[in-house]
Amino acid sequence: MIEIRGLEKYFGALQVLKGIDLDVEKGEVLSVIGASGSGKSTLLYCINGLEPIQKGSVLVDGSDVHAKDTDINKLRQKLGMVFQQWNSFPHLTALENVALAPKIVKGKSKAEAHDIAEKQLKHVGLADKLSVYPNALSGGQQQRLAIARALAMEPTYMLFDEATSALDPELVGEVLDTMRLLAEEGMTMICVTHEMGFARDVSDRVAYFHQGVMDEIGPPEQIFGDAKSENTRKFLANVR
Amino acid sequence: MNETISFFSGFNINDLWFLGEAAMRTLWISVLSISIGTVLGGFFGWLLYEGRLTAALTIAPVLDIFRSVPLIIQLVLFYNFAPIVGLDLDPFGSGVVILTIYTAALVANVARGGIEAVERPMRRAARSLGLSYWQDMRYVVLPIGGRAVFPAWVGVALGVMKDSALVSVLGYVELLKASQILITRTQEPFLILIIAGAFYFALSFPISRYAAKLEQRWAQ
Repeated sequence: MIEIRGLEKYFGALQVLKGIDLDVEKGEVLSVIGASGSGKSTLLYCINGLEPIQKGSVLVDGSDVHAKDTDINKLRQKLGMVFQQWNSFPHLTALENVALAPKIVKGKSKAEAHDIAEKQLKHVGLADKLSVYPNALSGGQQQRLAIARALAMEPTYMLFDEATSALDPELVGEVLDTMRLLAEEGMTMICVTHEMGFARDVSDRVAYFHQGVMDEIGPPEQIFGDAKSENTRKFLANVR
Repeated sequence: MNETISFFSGFNINDLWFLGEAAMRTLWISVLSISIGTVLGGFFGWLLYEGRLTAALTIAPVLDIFRSVPLIIQLVLFYNFAPIVGLDLDPFGSGVVILTIYTAALVANVARGGIEAVERPMRRAARSLGLSYWQDMRYVVLPIGGRAVFPAWVGVALGVMKDSALVSVLGYVELLKASQILITRTQEPFLILIIAGAFYFALSFPISRYAAKLEQRWAQ
Protein backbone atom coordinates (compact mmCIF):
# COMPACT_ATOMS: atom_id res chain seq x y z
CA MET A 1 0.00 0.00 0.00
CA ILE A 2 0.94 3.64 -0.33
CA GLU A 3 1.18 5.57 2.95
CA ILE A 4 1.61 9.32 2.87
CA ARG A 5 2.27 11.12 6.17
CA GLY A 6 2.51 14.86 6.76
CA LEU A 7 3.72 15.50 3.23
CA GLU A 8 4.87 19.06 2.61
CA LYS A 9 6.23 20.32 -0.68
CA TYR A 10 7.57 23.73 -1.64
CA PHE A 11 8.53 25.23 -4.98
CA GLY A 12 10.88 27.93 -3.74
CA ALA A 13 8.88 29.93 -1.22
CA LEU A 14 5.55 28.65 -2.53
CA GLN A 15 4.05 25.81 -0.51
CA VAL A 16 2.09 23.55 -2.84
CA LEU A 17 1.34 20.67 -0.46
CA LYS A 18 0.51 21.56 3.12
CA GLY A 19 0.66 18.37 5.14
CA ILE A 20 -1.06 15.56 3.27
CA ASP A 21 -2.03 12.32 5.04
CA LEU A 22 -3.34 9.63 2.75
CA ASP A 23 -3.41 5.83 2.53
CA VAL A 24 -4.12 4.00 -0.71
CA GLU A 25 -4.87 0.29 -0.34
CA LYS A 26 -4.01 -2.35 -2.92
CA GLY A 27 -6.79 -2.74 -5.46
CA GLU A 28 -8.24 0.68 -4.74
CA VAL A 29 -9.05 3.28 -7.39
CA LEU A 30 -8.63 6.79 -6.02
CA SER A 31 -9.53 9.84 -8.06
CA VAL A 32 -8.03 13.16 -7.12
CA ILE A 33 -9.96 16.23 -8.19
CA GLY A 34 -9.52 19.94 -7.62
CA ALA A 35 -8.72 23.21 -9.35
CA SER A 36 -5.47 23.76 -11.25
CA GLY A 37 -2.67 24.59 -8.85
CA SER A 38 -4.26 22.74 -5.95
CA GLY A 39 -1.24 20.44 -5.74
CA LYS A 40 -2.83 17.26 -7.02
CA SER A 41 -0.34 16.61 -9.82
CA THR A 42 2.55 17.46 -7.52
CA LEU A 43 1.27 14.76 -5.17
CA LEU A 44 1.83 12.14 -7.88
CA TYR A 45 5.34 13.42 -8.61
CA CYS A 46 6.13 13.17 -4.89
CA ILE A 47 4.79 9.61 -4.74
CA ASN A 48 7.25 8.30 -7.33
CA GLY A 49 10.09 10.56 -6.28
CA LEU A 50 10.25 12.74 -9.40
CA GLU A 51 9.96 15.72 -7.06
CA PRO A 52 11.83 15.93 -3.76
CA ILE A 53 9.78 16.70 -0.64
CA GLN A 54 10.59 19.00 2.24
CA LYS A 55 8.70 17.31 5.09
CA GLY A 56 6.82 14.12 5.85
CA SER A 57 7.16 10.75 4.17
CA VAL A 58 5.84 8.58 1.37
CA LEU A 59 6.00 4.81 1.89
CA VAL A 60 5.35 2.39 -0.98
CA ASP A 61 4.95 -1.16 0.30
CA GLY A 62 6.94 -0.05 3.33
CA SER A 63 9.84 1.51 1.38
CA ASP A 64 10.49 5.21 1.95
CA VAL A 65 10.50 6.84 -1.51
CA HIS A 66 12.54 9.82 -0.37
CA ALA A 67 15.08 8.05 1.84
CA LYS A 68 18.67 8.36 0.61
CA ASP A 69 19.36 4.62 0.80
CA THR A 70 16.27 3.67 -1.22
CA ASP A 71 16.95 2.35 -4.73
CA ILE A 72 14.49 4.71 -6.37
CA ASN A 73 14.92 3.21 -9.84
CA LYS A 74 13.87 -0.16 -8.47
CA LEU A 75 10.99 1.29 -6.49
CA ARG A 76 9.69 3.17 -9.54
CA GLN A 77 9.17 -0.15 -11.31
CA LYS A 78 6.25 -0.66 -8.92
CA LEU A 79 4.82 2.75 -9.80
CA GLY A 80 3.68 3.11 -13.40
CA MET A 81 3.00 6.68 -14.39
CA VAL A 82 1.04 8.20 -17.25
CA PHE A 83 1.44 11.92 -17.91
CA GLN A 84 -0.71 14.60 -19.42
CA GLN A 85 1.66 14.70 -22.39
CA TRP A 86 2.18 11.16 -23.61
CA ASN A 87 5.94 11.56 -24.21
CA SER A 88 6.28 8.68 -26.65
CA PHE A 89 9.90 8.08 -27.64
CA PRO A 90 9.80 9.37 -31.24
CA HIS A 91 12.78 7.33 -32.45
CA LEU A 92 11.23 3.99 -31.50
CA THR A 93 8.29 2.05 -32.92
CA ALA A 94 5.29 1.39 -30.68
CA LEU A 95 6.66 -2.07 -29.91
CA GLU A 96 10.14 -0.73 -29.12
CA ASN A 97 8.67 2.07 -26.98
CA VAL A 98 7.04 -0.51 -24.74
CA ALA A 99 9.92 -3.01 -24.85
CA LEU A 100 12.66 -0.50 -23.96
CA ALA A 101 12.29 -0.43 -20.18
CA PRO A 102 11.77 -4.20 -19.71
CA LYS A 103 14.90 -4.72 -21.79
CA ILE A 104 17.28 -2.23 -20.20
CA VAL A 105 15.86 -1.87 -16.69
CA LYS A 106 14.75 -5.44 -16.03
CA GLY A 107 17.39 -7.02 -18.26
CA LYS A 108 14.92 -9.11 -20.28
CA SER A 109 16.09 -10.58 -23.56
CA LYS A 110 14.95 -8.86 -26.73
CA ALA A 111 12.49 -11.66 -27.48
CA GLU A 112 11.03 -11.61 -23.96
CA ALA A 113 10.73 -7.82 -23.99
CA HIS A 114 8.99 -7.90 -27.36
CA ASP A 115 6.56 -10.56 -26.09
CA ILE A 116 5.72 -8.39 -23.09
CA ALA A 117 5.33 -5.33 -25.32
CA GLU A 118 3.09 -7.14 -27.77
CA LYS A 119 0.90 -8.40 -24.95
CA GLN A 120 0.53 -4.94 -23.43
CA LEU A 121 -0.14 -3.26 -26.76
CA LYS A 122 -2.91 -5.80 -27.37
CA HIS A 123 -4.15 -5.04 -23.87
CA VAL A 124 -4.68 -1.35 -24.74
CA GLY A 125 -6.05 -2.09 -28.21
CA LEU A 126 -3.00 -1.25 -30.30
CA ALA A 127 -2.24 -4.76 -31.56
CA ASP A 128 -2.27 -3.53 -35.16
CA LYS A 129 0.22 -0.70 -34.51
CA LEU A 130 3.28 -2.64 -33.34
CA SER A 131 5.69 -1.41 -35.99
CA VAL A 132 4.25 2.10 -36.31
CA TYR A 133 6.23 5.15 -35.16
CA PRO A 134 4.50 7.46 -32.66
CA ASN A 135 4.19 10.37 -35.10
CA ALA A 136 1.76 8.23 -37.12
CA LEU A 137 -0.48 7.70 -34.07
CA SER A 138 -3.28 9.94 -32.81
CA GLY A 139 -3.06 11.56 -29.39
CA GLY A 140 -5.41 8.97 -27.94
CA GLN A 141 -3.37 6.13 -29.40
CA GLN A 142 -0.15 7.66 -28.11
CA GLN A 143 -1.65 7.96 -24.65
CA ARG A 144 -2.69 4.30 -24.75
CA LEU A 145 0.86 3.53 -25.90
CA ALA A 146 2.09 5.38 -22.80
CA ILE A 147 -0.22 3.25 -20.65
CA ALA A 148 1.10 0.06 -22.29
CA ARG A 149 4.65 1.29 -21.74
CA ALA A 150 4.00 1.76 -18.03
CA LEU A 151 2.18 -1.59 -17.73
CA ALA A 152 5.08 -3.44 -19.35
CA MET A 153 7.05 -2.95 -16.13
CA GLU A 154 4.28 -4.87 -14.31
CA PRO A 155 3.69 -2.13 -11.76
CA THR A 156 1.67 -2.65 -8.61
CA TYR A 157 0.32 0.89 -8.79
CA MET A 158 -0.60 3.18 -11.66
CA LEU A 159 -0.48 6.95 -11.34
CA PHE A 160 -2.42 8.95 -13.92
CA ASP A 161 -1.66 12.66 -14.16
CA GLU A 162 -4.55 14.24 -16.08
CA ALA A 163 -4.12 11.55 -18.71
CA THR A 164 -6.90 12.95 -20.90
CA SER A 165 -6.44 16.72 -20.47
CA ALA A 166 -4.26 17.24 -23.53
CA LEU A 167 -6.47 15.18 -25.83
CA ASP A 168 -8.99 16.33 -28.40
CA PRO A 169 -12.47 15.73 -26.97
CA GLU A 170 -13.29 12.91 -29.38
CA LEU A 171 -10.18 10.99 -28.25
CA VAL A 172 -10.85 11.19 -24.49
CA GLY A 173 -13.24 8.22 -24.52
CA GLU A 174 -10.77 5.62 -25.76
CA VAL A 175 -8.25 6.50 -23.06
CA LEU A 176 -10.87 6.51 -20.30
CA ASP A 177 -12.08 3.11 -21.54
CA THR A 178 -8.56 1.76 -21.18
CA MET A 179 -8.34 3.18 -17.66
CA ARG A 180 -11.70 1.63 -16.82
CA LEU A 181 -10.46 -1.72 -18.09
CA LEU A 182 -7.45 -1.52 -15.77
CA ALA A 183 -9.67 -0.62 -12.83
CA GLU A 184 -11.89 -3.61 -13.54
CA GLU A 185 -8.83 -5.85 -13.64
CA GLY A 186 -8.06 -4.77 -10.08
CA MET A 187 -5.14 -2.41 -10.69
CA THR A 188 -4.42 0.00 -7.86
CA MET A 189 -4.79 3.45 -9.39
CA ILE A 190 -4.43 7.07 -8.37
CA CYS A 191 -6.02 9.23 -11.05
CA VAL A 192 -5.64 12.98 -11.02
CA THR A 193 -8.47 13.92 -13.31
CA HIS A 194 -10.92 16.54 -14.52
CA GLU A 195 -13.27 13.84 -15.80
CA MET A 196 -15.97 13.92 -13.15
CA GLY A 197 -17.94 11.11 -14.83
CA PHE A 198 -14.92 8.83 -14.60
CA ALA A 199 -14.25 9.84 -10.98
CA ARG A 200 -17.86 9.13 -10.01
CA ASP A 201 -18.30 5.83 -11.89
CA VAL A 202 -14.94 4.14 -11.51
CA SER A 203 -13.41 5.30 -8.22
CA ASP A 204 -13.68 3.66 -4.84
CA ARG A 205 -12.83 6.99 -3.25
CA VAL A 206 -12.53 10.57 -4.45
CA ALA A 207 -10.21 13.13 -2.87
CA TYR A 208 -10.78 16.85 -3.30
CA PHE A 209 -7.67 19.06 -3.17
CA HIS A 210 -7.91 22.75 -2.39
CA GLN A 211 -4.86 25.04 -2.26
CA GLY A 212 -2.43 22.33 -1.20
CA VAL A 213 -4.75 20.73 1.35
CA MET A 214 -6.78 17.55 0.98
CA ASP A 215 -10.08 19.16 1.85
CA GLU A 216 -12.24 16.10 1.70
CA ILE A 217 -12.02 12.41 0.86
CA GLY A 218 -14.76 9.83 0.65
CA PRO A 219 -16.74 7.52 -1.59
CA PRO A 220 -17.97 9.12 -4.81
CA GLU A 221 -21.57 9.15 -3.57
CA GLN A 222 -20.51 11.38 -0.69
CA ILE A 223 -18.32 13.75 -2.72
CA PHE A 224 -20.73 14.12 -5.61
CA GLY A 225 -23.97 13.76 -3.63
CA ASP A 226 -23.42 15.11 -0.17
CA ALA A 227 -20.07 16.88 0.09
CA LYS A 228 -19.19 17.95 3.62
CA SER A 229 -16.80 20.69 2.57
CA GLU A 230 -18.05 24.02 1.32
CA ASN A 231 -15.05 24.19 -1.05
CA THR A 232 -15.90 20.83 -2.63
CA ARG A 233 -19.48 21.88 -3.23
CA LYS A 234 -18.40 25.15 -4.82
CA PHE A 235 -15.85 23.42 -7.06
CA LEU A 236 -18.32 20.80 -8.24
CA ALA A 237 -20.99 23.42 -8.90
CA ASN A 238 -18.55 25.17 -11.21
CA VAL A 239 -17.35 22.14 -13.19
CA ARG A 240 -20.77 20.70 -13.82
CA MET B 1 74.38 23.23 -77.97
CA ASN B 2 70.81 24.20 -77.74
CA GLU B 3 69.95 22.05 -74.70
CA THR B 4 68.23 23.89 -71.93
CA ILE B 5 67.78 22.90 -68.33
CA SER B 6 64.16 23.04 -67.30
CA PHE B 7 63.25 23.81 -63.67
CA PHE B 8 59.63 23.28 -64.41
CA SER B 9 57.90 20.17 -65.74
CA GLY B 10 54.23 19.70 -66.66
CA PHE B 11 51.51 18.00 -64.67
CA ASN B 12 51.52 14.22 -65.13
CA ILE B 13 49.70 11.16 -63.90
CA ASN B 14 52.11 10.57 -61.00
CA ASP B 15 51.17 13.95 -59.63
CA LEU B 16 47.59 12.78 -59.45
CA TRP B 17 48.80 9.94 -57.21
CA PHE B 18 50.71 12.46 -55.14
CA LEU B 19 47.52 14.49 -54.69
CA GLY B 20 45.51 11.37 -53.97
CA GLU B 21 47.89 10.40 -51.17
CA ALA B 22 47.69 13.91 -49.79
CA ALA B 23 43.90 13.71 -49.89
CA MET B 24 44.09 10.55 -47.79
CA ARG B 25 46.21 12.48 -45.27
CA THR B 26 43.58 15.22 -45.18
CA LEU B 27 40.96 12.53 -44.59
CA TRP B 28 43.04 10.84 -41.89
CA ILE B 29 43.83 13.98 -39.88
CA SER B 30 40.17 15.06 -40.19
CA VAL B 31 38.68 11.72 -39.18
CA LEU B 32 41.00 11.49 -36.20
CA SER B 33 40.38 15.06 -35.01
CA ILE B 34 36.63 14.98 -35.61
CA SER B 35 36.20 11.63 -33.84
CA ILE B 36 38.17 12.51 -30.71
CA GLY B 37 36.88 16.09 -30.78
CA THR B 38 33.28 14.90 -30.94
CA VAL B 39 33.66 12.60 -27.94
CA LEU B 40 35.43 15.35 -26.00
CA GLY B 41 32.90 17.96 -27.16
CA GLY B 42 30.04 15.71 -26.10
CA PHE B 43 31.56 15.53 -22.64
CA PHE B 44 32.06 19.31 -22.50
CA GLY B 45 28.48 19.82 -23.71
CA TRP B 46 27.23 17.59 -20.91
CA LEU B 47 29.34 19.60 -18.42
CA LEU B 48 27.90 22.85 -19.77
CA TYR B 49 24.38 21.44 -19.38
CA GLU B 50 24.75 19.85 -15.96
CA GLY B 51 27.43 22.09 -14.46
CA ARG B 52 25.55 25.33 -15.14
CA LEU B 53 27.31 28.03 -13.13
CA THR B 54 30.55 26.15 -12.44
CA ALA B 55 30.92 25.19 -16.08
CA ALA B 56 29.98 28.69 -17.21
CA LEU B 57 32.85 30.05 -15.11
CA THR B 58 35.45 27.41 -15.95
CA ILE B 59 35.30 25.58 -19.27
CA ALA B 60 32.98 27.93 -21.15
CA PRO B 61 35.53 30.79 -21.42
CA VAL B 62 38.27 28.36 -22.51
CA LEU B 63 36.03 26.93 -25.22
CA ASP B 64 35.15 30.48 -26.27
CA ILE B 65 38.82 31.24 -26.84
CA PHE B 66 39.33 28.18 -29.04
CA ARG B 67 36.17 29.00 -30.96
CA SER B 68 37.05 32.65 -31.49
CA VAL B 69 40.80 32.71 -32.25
CA PRO B 70 41.52 31.92 -35.93
CA LEU B 71 42.64 28.35 -36.34
CA ILE B 72 45.81 29.35 -38.20
CA ILE B 73 46.97 31.39 -35.19
CA GLN B 74 46.22 28.51 -32.80
CA LEU B 75 48.21 26.12 -35.01
CA VAL B 76 51.26 28.33 -35.32
CA LEU B 77 51.26 29.24 -31.63
CA PHE B 78 50.87 25.66 -30.48
CA TYR B 79 53.44 24.25 -32.90
CA ASN B 80 56.07 26.80 -31.91
CA PHE B 81 55.41 27.08 -28.19
CA ALA B 82 54.53 23.50 -27.23
CA PRO B 83 58.23 22.45 -27.31
CA ILE B 84 58.92 25.06 -24.62
CA VAL B 85 56.76 23.10 -22.20
CA GLY B 86 58.33 19.83 -23.33
CA LEU B 87 55.69 18.79 -25.86
CA ASP B 88 57.73 18.02 -28.94
CA LEU B 89 55.12 17.20 -31.54
CA ASP B 90 55.57 16.92 -35.29
CA PRO B 91 53.28 18.93 -37.61
CA PHE B 92 50.81 16.05 -37.80
CA GLY B 93 50.62 15.69 -33.99
CA SER B 94 50.23 19.43 -33.48
CA GLY B 95 47.56 19.56 -36.16
CA VAL B 96 45.59 16.73 -34.54
CA VAL B 97 45.80 18.33 -31.09
CA ILE B 98 44.59 21.75 -32.24
CA LEU B 99 41.94 20.46 -34.66
CA THR B 100 40.64 18.16 -31.93
CA ILE B 101 40.32 20.95 -29.38
CA TYR B 102 38.80 23.22 -32.02
CA THR B 103 36.25 20.52 -32.92
CA ALA B 104 35.50 19.88 -29.24
CA ALA B 105 34.89 23.61 -28.66
CA LEU B 106 32.37 23.70 -31.52
CA VAL B 107 30.73 20.38 -30.68
CA ALA B 108 30.31 21.32 -27.00
CA ASN B 109 27.61 23.85 -27.86
CA VAL B 110 26.00 21.49 -30.34
CA ALA B 111 25.91 18.75 -27.70
CA ARG B 112 24.45 21.04 -25.05
CA GLY B 113 21.77 22.04 -27.54
CA GLY B 114 21.06 18.38 -28.15
CA ILE B 115 20.53 17.64 -24.46
CA GLU B 116 18.32 20.71 -24.13
CA ALA B 117 16.28 19.56 -27.12
CA VAL B 118 14.94 16.65 -25.06
CA GLU B 119 12.36 18.28 -22.89
CA ARG B 120 11.96 17.66 -19.19
CA PRO B 121 8.61 15.80 -19.40
CA MET B 122 10.14 13.29 -21.80
CA ARG B 123 13.01 12.65 -19.42
CA ARG B 124 10.68 12.37 -16.45
CA ALA B 125 8.61 9.83 -18.37
CA ALA B 126 11.77 7.82 -18.99
CA ARG B 127 12.80 8.04 -15.33
CA SER B 128 9.29 7.07 -14.21
CA LEU B 129 9.80 3.74 -16.01
CA GLY B 130 12.74 3.04 -13.71
CA LEU B 131 15.54 4.12 -16.08
CA SER B 132 18.57 5.43 -14.21
CA TYR B 133 20.10 8.81 -15.05
CA TRP B 134 22.65 7.19 -17.38
CA GLN B 135 20.14 4.85 -19.00
CA ASP B 136 17.97 7.88 -19.70
CA MET B 137 21.02 9.63 -21.20
CA ARG B 138 22.01 6.65 -23.31
CA TYR B 139 18.64 5.40 -24.58
CA VAL B 140 16.49 8.55 -24.64
CA VAL B 141 18.57 11.75 -24.64
CA LEU B 142 21.35 10.55 -26.97
CA PRO B 143 19.12 9.25 -29.78
CA ILE B 144 16.50 12.01 -29.59
CA GLY B 145 18.85 14.94 -28.94
CA GLY B 146 21.48 13.50 -31.26
CA ARG B 147 19.05 13.48 -34.15
CA ALA B 148 17.93 17.00 -33.38
CA VAL B 149 21.44 18.42 -33.68
CA PHE B 150 22.83 16.00 -36.25
CA PRO B 151 22.69 18.55 -39.11
CA ALA B 152 24.60 21.05 -36.96
CA TRP B 153 27.21 18.41 -36.18
CA VAL B 154 27.63 17.53 -39.86
CA GLY B 155 28.21 21.23 -40.52
CA VAL B 156 30.96 21.28 -37.88
CA ALA B 157 32.55 18.11 -39.25
CA LEU B 158 32.63 19.34 -42.85
CA GLY B 159 33.95 22.70 -41.67
CA VAL B 160 36.78 21.07 -39.72
CA MET B 161 37.69 18.91 -42.69
CA LYS B 162 38.07 21.97 -44.89
CA ASP B 163 39.87 23.87 -42.13
CA SER B 164 42.39 21.03 -41.87
CA ALA B 165 43.96 22.68 -44.93
CA LEU B 166 45.46 25.17 -42.50
CA VAL B 167 47.72 22.48 -41.04
CA SER B 168 49.71 23.00 -44.26
CA VAL B 169 51.31 26.07 -42.64
CA LEU B 170 53.13 23.69 -40.28
CA GLY B 171 54.52 21.78 -43.25
CA TYR B 172 52.27 18.74 -43.06
CA VAL B 173 51.77 17.59 -46.63
CA GLU B 174 48.04 17.29 -46.87
CA LEU B 175 45.97 18.22 -49.89
CA LEU B 176 46.62 21.97 -49.91
CA LYS B 177 50.33 21.68 -49.16
CA ALA B 178 50.68 19.05 -51.88
CA SER B 179 48.95 21.38 -54.32
CA GLN B 180 51.33 24.20 -53.44
CA ILE B 181 54.32 21.94 -54.06
CA LEU B 182 52.95 20.93 -57.46
CA ILE B 183 52.11 24.50 -58.39
CA THR B 184 55.67 25.54 -57.69
CA ARG B 185 56.97 22.80 -59.97
CA THR B 186 54.43 22.92 -62.80
CA GLN B 187 53.43 26.57 -62.75
CA GLU B 188 49.88 25.43 -63.43
CA PRO B 189 47.96 26.80 -60.46
CA PHE B 190 44.59 26.83 -62.20
CA LEU B 191 44.59 23.16 -63.11
CA ILE B 192 46.02 21.97 -59.82
CA LEU B 193 43.73 24.00 -57.62
CA ILE B 194 40.74 22.71 -59.56
CA ILE B 195 41.94 19.15 -59.00
CA ALA B 196 42.55 19.83 -55.29
CA GLY B 197 39.09 21.39 -55.04
CA ALA B 198 37.63 18.31 -56.71
CA PHE B 199 39.34 16.12 -54.11
CA TYR B 200 37.87 18.20 -51.25
CA PHE B 201 34.48 17.92 -52.91
CA ALA B 202 34.91 14.16 -53.29
CA LEU B 203 35.62 13.91 -49.55
CA SER B 204 32.72 16.14 -48.43
CA PHE B 205 29.98 15.23 -50.83
CA PRO B 206 29.44 11.59 -49.79
CA ILE B 207 29.26 12.74 -46.16
CA SER B 208 26.64 15.39 -46.77
CA ARG B 209 24.67 13.02 -49.03
CA TYR B 210 24.77 10.25 -46.46
CA ALA B 211 23.77 12.72 -43.73
CA ALA B 212 20.81 13.92 -45.80
CA LYS B 213 19.73 10.29 -46.32
CA LEU B 214 19.91 9.61 -42.59
CA GLU B 215 17.87 12.70 -41.78
CA GLN B 216 15.29 11.66 -44.33
CA ARG B 217 15.02 8.23 -42.79
CA TRP B 218 14.65 9.65 -39.28
CA ALA B 219 11.97 12.06 -40.43
CA GLN B 220 9.70 9.18 -41.42
